[in-house]
Amino acid sequence: MAVTNEIERAMKPVNVRRRPIPLSLLAWRIVGYAAMIVVVVIIGLPVYWTVMAAFKETREIYSLPVTWWPAKPTLANFPAAWQAAPFGRYYLNSFITTFFGAAAEVILALFSAYALAYLRFPRKDLVFLLLLAALMVPVEITIVPNYLTVARLGWINTYQGIIIPGAAIAYGTFLLRQAFLAVPHEILEAARVDGAGHFRILFSVVAPITQPAIVTMALLSVVSKWNDFLWPLIVTNTTDMRTLPIGVFWLRNSEGFSNWGVVMAGSLFLIVPVLIGFLLAQRAIVEGMTAGAVKG
Amino acid sequence: MATYTPHQERHPNTLRREHREWLLFALFIGPNLLLFSVFTYWPLLYNVYLSMVRWDFLRPTMPFVGLQNYIAAFSDPRFWNIIWQTATFTVWSVGLTLVLGLMLALLLNQPLRYRNTARAVVFAPVVMSGAVVAVVWSYIFDPRYGLIDQLLGFIGFDSPNWLSDPFWAMPAVIIVYVWKNMGYAVVIYLAGLQNIPRELYDAARVDGAGAWERFWNVTLPGLSPVAFFLSVTSILTCFQAFDLIRVLTNGGPADVTTTLVFHLYELGFVSYDAGKAGVVAIVLFLIMLALTIVQIRYIEQRVTYG
Repeated sequence: MAVTNEIERAMKPVNVRRRPIPLSLLAWRIVGYAAMIVVVVIIGLPVYWTVMAAFKETREIYSLPVTWWPAKPTLANFPAAWQAAPFGRYYLNSFITTFFGAAAEVILALFSAYALAYLRFPRKDLVFLLLLAALMVPVEITIVPNYLTVARLGWINTYQGIIIPGAAIAYGTFLLRQAFLAVPHEILEAARVDGAGHFRILFSVVAPITQPAIVTMALLSVVSKWNDFLWPLIVTNTTDMRTLPIGVFWLRNSEGFSNWGVVMAGSLFLIVPVLIGFLLAQRAIVEGMTAGAVKG
Repeated sequence: MATYTPHQERHPNTLRREHREWLLFALFIGPNLLLFSVFTYWPLLYNVYLSMVRWDFLRPTMPFVGLQNYIAAFSDPRFWNIIWQTATFTVWSVGLTLVLGLMLALLLNQPLRYRNTARAVVFAPVVMSGAVVAVVWSYIFDPRYGLIDQLLGFIGFDSPNWLSDPFWAMPAVIIVYVWKNMGYAVVIYLAGLQNIPRELYDAARVDGAGAWERFWNVTLPGLSPVAFFLSVTSILTCFQAFDLIRVLTNGGPADVTTTLVFHLYELGFVSYDAGKAGVVAIVLFLIMLALTIVQIRYIEQRVTYG
């Protein structure tokens, strides 16, 4: 949690320079900046390459030597990609599965975390352990039995078939429980004295106070649902039920190698929303993904 | 239940309230547990059963064959090959992620301007869809028009046909894996660096330790818990890598990029062999369970004695 704060705190004193920098330090700093530029270029290059290809004419992509900047920038690849595959439908499917998938996780985590943090129950430790153990079963090993279950329920190629098998949430529950336990006792006591029931306490006292943790958890859910690949790949079998990652994958299989511009434009349909989201909520996402790592 | 008190001694109201709270607890946590039971625990048990039958997903009967599927798997050189390839993929990916991640973290821990931007760039691939990352990289690896061919051309090399060359396919997958996942290690290392007490560096400096000695004797030991955590989590994530392999190479050419997870998918949804898929699922689960236990043990130890 405190990761970014600490990073920022550590940055402060550095910017306050009092004495002129000695020459050796200056040399080091130049090396540092050079290394940083190299790193950013190497990591950013594939994305740059994608964007450039998306704006190149097909003829240009397949002519040598390869160009670093589109000679005649064109937008033609985007409508072409939109027509090569039903991207409107993919967006809709991805929005629906991401929204309901993440919402289910957040709601289940809120209630579970509240129960674990505040409600009495005999052998609560066992319940806790049962949730913890779920973290140790990787999704990948459940695919065959879950496919059979979903088939038996008649949910193959449906939204509920994509969403429900992944709706349970353990990691987020523990993340929220941790945050709930940090809520001051006096506040909860005061709410109870005022006659608030558990639902009221959860939604008008605890949730507002722990909002940052809830937002972090929700963002993690959104990112993982949006990017999910294996399960939607298995459980959908018609084009109109595919989510974006599956759609882009099939677009590559049909158009790739002969029409990279279109495939790269299609990839951007998926990457751009994620990158915008990441820029807006970078801190919360990084915190969520690294929570629990350092404090152990 | 250890502190059981006879009913008469309690106020009836307290008791009723307590029961109501139990009910509420069950109601709050029930849906989550129910979903886990149906879609996590049941599949785990069902895999054990599947691993002991012969079934193609269609036939109405599932003849019980005992341990035959296990025996068949473990006496098949292809299965051992796949385990070996999983190990190779994991060792290289995790090793490179940890080493390059550390170097990047040390660099981005320096008081440089714009380092937060650089950190964001390094972390961005972590949040991208693995499938789309693989799609993009399959263009980058294009042996004629791809970026890598272009870059190799600068230094006078010809690009191999990365994704269809049995020698280069695995390195290609590893490169993409490291590119995508390194940012996570960097962020964890950076947090670990912040947790090393400043006084240790000051003390080392007073003792006349140079930059290199401070790195060896303060930074590295200080980072070792973080590095341990990272190595275990990275191994676990690596074992689960599917989308990159499915999209980049589809396990090929000639099987060389088939890992356990990919093999499981292939058995279940390409060759429709539920029994063998069950065996792979159980093997995979046991390996990952062992790793998780190592991790928990270690963390416990740190909490208790550290």
